[in-house]
Amino acid sequence: MNALISSTRAELLRLRKWPAVWVMVGVWLVLNVTFGYVFTYITYATGDATAVGEGVPPAQLLADMMPAAVPESLIAGMPMFGGAIMLILGGLAVGSGYGWGAWKTVFMQGPGRLSSFGGTLVALGVIVAGAVVATFAVDLGVSVLIASVESQTIVWPTLSGSAEAIGAGLLIFGMWTAAGVLVGTLARSPALAVGLGLVWALVVENLLRGVGGLLGPVEAVTDLMPGTAAGSLAGALGGTAQSGRDGTPGVLTVLDAAPAAWLIAAYVIAFAVAALALVSRRDVI
Amino acid sequence: MTNTIVVTDMLTKRYGDRLAVDEVSLTVRRGEVYGFLGPNGAGKTTTLRMLLGLVRPTSGSARVLGHHPGHPQAVAGVGALVEGPGFYPYLSGRDNLRVMARYRGLGGTEVETALGRLDLRERGGDSFKSYSLGMKQRLGVAAALLGDPELLVLDEPTNGLDPAGMADMRRLIVDLAMQGQTVLLSSHMLSEVQEICDRVGVISAGRLLTESTVAELRGATSVIVRATPADVALATAMGVAGDDAVRLLDDGGLQLDVDPTRTPALTRALVEAGVAVHEIRHSERSLEEVFFAMTSGSDPASMTEEVLR
Repeated sequence: MNALISSTRAELLRLRKWPAVWVMVGVWLVLNVTFGYVFTYITYATGDATAVGEGVPPAQLLADMMPAAVPESLIAGMPMFGGAIMLILGGLAVGSGYGWGAWKTVFMQGPGRLSSFGGTLVALGVIVAGAVVATFAVDLGVSVLIASVESQTIVWPTLSGSAEAIGAGLLIFGMWTAAGVLVGTLARSPALAVGLGLVWALVVENLLRGVGGLLGPVEAVTDLMPGTAAGSLAGALGGTAQSGRDGTPGVLTVLDAAPAAWLIAAYVIAFAVAALALVSRRDVI
Repeated sequence: MTNTIVVTDMLTKRYGDRLAVDEVSLTVRRGEVYGFLGPNGAGKTTTLRMLLGLVRPTSGSARVLGHHPGHPQAVAGVGALVEGPGFYPYLSGRDNLRVMARYRGLGGTEVETALGRLDLRERGGDSFKSYSLGMKQRLGVAAALLGDPELLVLDEPTNGLDPAGMADMRRLIVDLAMQGQTVLLSSHMLSEVQEICDRVGVISAGRLLTESTVAELRGATSVIVRATPADVALATAMGVAGDDAVRLLDDGGLQLDVDPTRTPALTRALVEAGVAVHEIRHSERSLEEVFFAMTSGSDPASMTEEVLR
């Protein structure tokens, strides 16, 4: 246990001081605010028919931007680009160490490979949790700002709704980060890991879902894929309701909330265990 | 057993068809500087990686500090720099050491001590990627010194250092050895090993050719004599050293396998026999000569280049 704590402290130090981590979390927050609030607000304020709010009544647009709707907007962007960014985070955090030879130095320090790499996983978990909570805080701040500007009464999101959304956010981000860690471990290179990971998350899964709509056996598989699970969880918790139709990229309605959440949790564990098993057995060259 | 820090038994590593390390059995004793000597690609680094638990042997076994390589207690007792320094480029030298110190459960004092020992304190705040090759190498050694490990494994520690840096590194290793630190040092620089090592293991093409002290490896000192007339000189020399101890050299000189303390007696005998002595001196084989003789099966041309570099 001590070894895991030492390793986590070490990993938190090196990740905290890595500009790339802050860039990724920052990009996610900016994208989240841009797609969740800025475009919606412009549409609402100007009455223009942009892609975000086409055909949606202004009252609905405004309601989507209010504090009460923060849980929905928190997870709406996570399955698609949020997940992609977390996959990059996981892939870089693990893959880069191989290119730099830093894993070799780390594994020579003593805590044992499982503890050392476990420390990386825990540290990434802390960053993911921080990113989710920061997103919630930013969304809440922006929505309160909009409510004040538009002279609306501030209705806070329910505690249970907020907790559910944060929990779902942790699961979705955690799964994609763990997926990044696994491809980073497999590829032992950040570029290959991130490239392949993104092709899978953004292209292959969508293509397979397209094929699955035509072929039953393929659909049975695509219904259980990581992206489907993440999109379904977001959809089940109201992610799709944001624009009043099935339009938010990556948000799906394939699975119900509970099965989707269990499936995601299973993926988190499977990805982490597979990465740990690889790291502990493989030669470090 | 307590005096043996590292022992390997028929340690072997095979990568596909290539035998990188072939049945290497070596022993490193407590408190000595052990030189692991061989040309590039001989299997030095692979052997060290196996001792550090980074690479699994294909067959054979090893014990490091009484444990299997890679056992947390073995790893914790060893500080190592293998195949160049591996650090986070965006972190400063100091932060890199702080990260490694945290892994070891150590604090900031040890980091400052290690930085100071390698003369890096002044540049400790600069990012690792801005360091020169020599500074990176020194940071690698500083990381290896964290926590005063029982065994220090240094893989070509003078790589990339300028002559002054090399001299500093050697001095550091000698200093450490004087304090009783056990050091396992790999090198392709014979002069380096000759200067600072107590014992050496010579490896070539994956096989450990020999393992002994530097003095044993170089053999006994002999005495070279150049004198005329040659026949009288030969007869006199044989009279002093014994018939079997005298060899005629290609250039007409004589090589006597006698203790150097016999030189005055030999000189007196030659002069009394009426021989004109042109030259009489002690001769000791350099480690380099021994090495070439031993590895002549491998490619000597590329070796020379490496050694002279």
